[in-house]
Amino acid sequence: MIQPDPTPPRRAFWQGLRDGGPFILIVGPFGLVFGVVATEAGLNVVQTMAFSIAVIAGAAQLAAIQLMVDDAPTLIVLVTALAVNLRMAMYSASLVPHLGAAPLWQRALIAYLMVDQAYATSFLRYERDPGLSLQAKVAYYFGVITLVAPVWYLGTLAGALLGEAIPASIPIGAAVPIAFLALIGPMLRTLAQVAAVLVSVLGTLALGFMPYNTGLLVAALAAMATGAAVEVWTARHRPQVRA
Amino acid sequence: MSLSQSTIWLIIALLALGTFGLRFSFLGLIGNRPLPEWLLRLLRYTPVAVIPGLMAPQVFRLNAATGWPDPALLGAVVATLAVGLWRRNAIWAMLAGALTLALLTALR
Repeated sequence: MIQPDPTPPRRAFWQGLRDGGPFILIVGPFGLVFGVVATEAGLNVVQTMAFSIAVIAGAAQLAAIQLMVDDAPTLIVLVTALAVNLRMAMYSASLVPHLGAAPLWQRALIAYLMVDQAYATSFLRYERDPGLSLQAKVAYYFGVITLVAPVWYLGTLAGALLGEAIPASIPIGAAVPIAFLALIGPMLRTLAQVAAVLVSVLGTLALGFMPYNTGLLVAALAAMATGAAVEVWTARHRPQVRA
Repeated sequence: MSLSQSTIWLIIALLALGTFGLRFSFLGLIGNRPLPEWLLRLLRYTPVAVIPGLMAPQVFRLNAATGWPDPALLGAVVATLAVGLWRRNAIWAMLAGALTLALLTALR
């Protein structure tokens, strides 16, 4: 039986702030890099800020700027950058069982703030504490993002204003996989999750030839199916392992 | 870049709308309607199915000179995953990975 989790929303918010806050160590420098790259590409400060505030998706923004610098057709810029963000639709679907009952305005705000770190940190917490109330889940999510989003904006602003005063090669690029893969270790509890990770990695590498990042989507769907299949198989053979 | 000011603004506006649409999609449209059990089971694997694949091409990118992936980055990824598994905490994992990356890069 799942016991109701007594965590009040206010405490959940602070827990979220504590769990998500340290991500600013990587989000701040990443925003700085985007600000520098965008202004060096020819965007003014207002456009650069509009980009980071309206889109909040670093990888897609950098992909778009790269193509804009290359004078790619507008449609190609849009398709490529949105393809990088297609995974957000999968995040959105996986949050339905947890946050679908929240009021529309809260769901809209959650959607606007759906960056990988906030999503994965919250999802991990929801899976660990199935008894968490809806209000506590929403509060936790907002706690996780409370520092991350403003630091993304401020990082971008600093990069846009300082521009060339910043050394061209901040080695932030190499650190980005660290910030994403840090989310994965804590999630690996079962054989099914490990199998999903392996299919995701091998599938994406094998499907690298597919255009517009679609290989990632196919690999991710295959990985989800693998995880679910291994879960069913494990439960059938060792019914006691799934609590 | 030779894009006009209006084109730049158009790209920013459409990217913002499109990205919000992707993020809002299921959460906004399905809302509180119940999902079938098989779909819930699939969705539970979303983060572990998406994030490793998202990062794999960068982690395993072959260095043009050596023909091998970057050993410093590989070492940092192993440290990140190991500490994440051990401590069950993403922040410790991230710090361990960043520290390993800095050390291995400095030693090179």
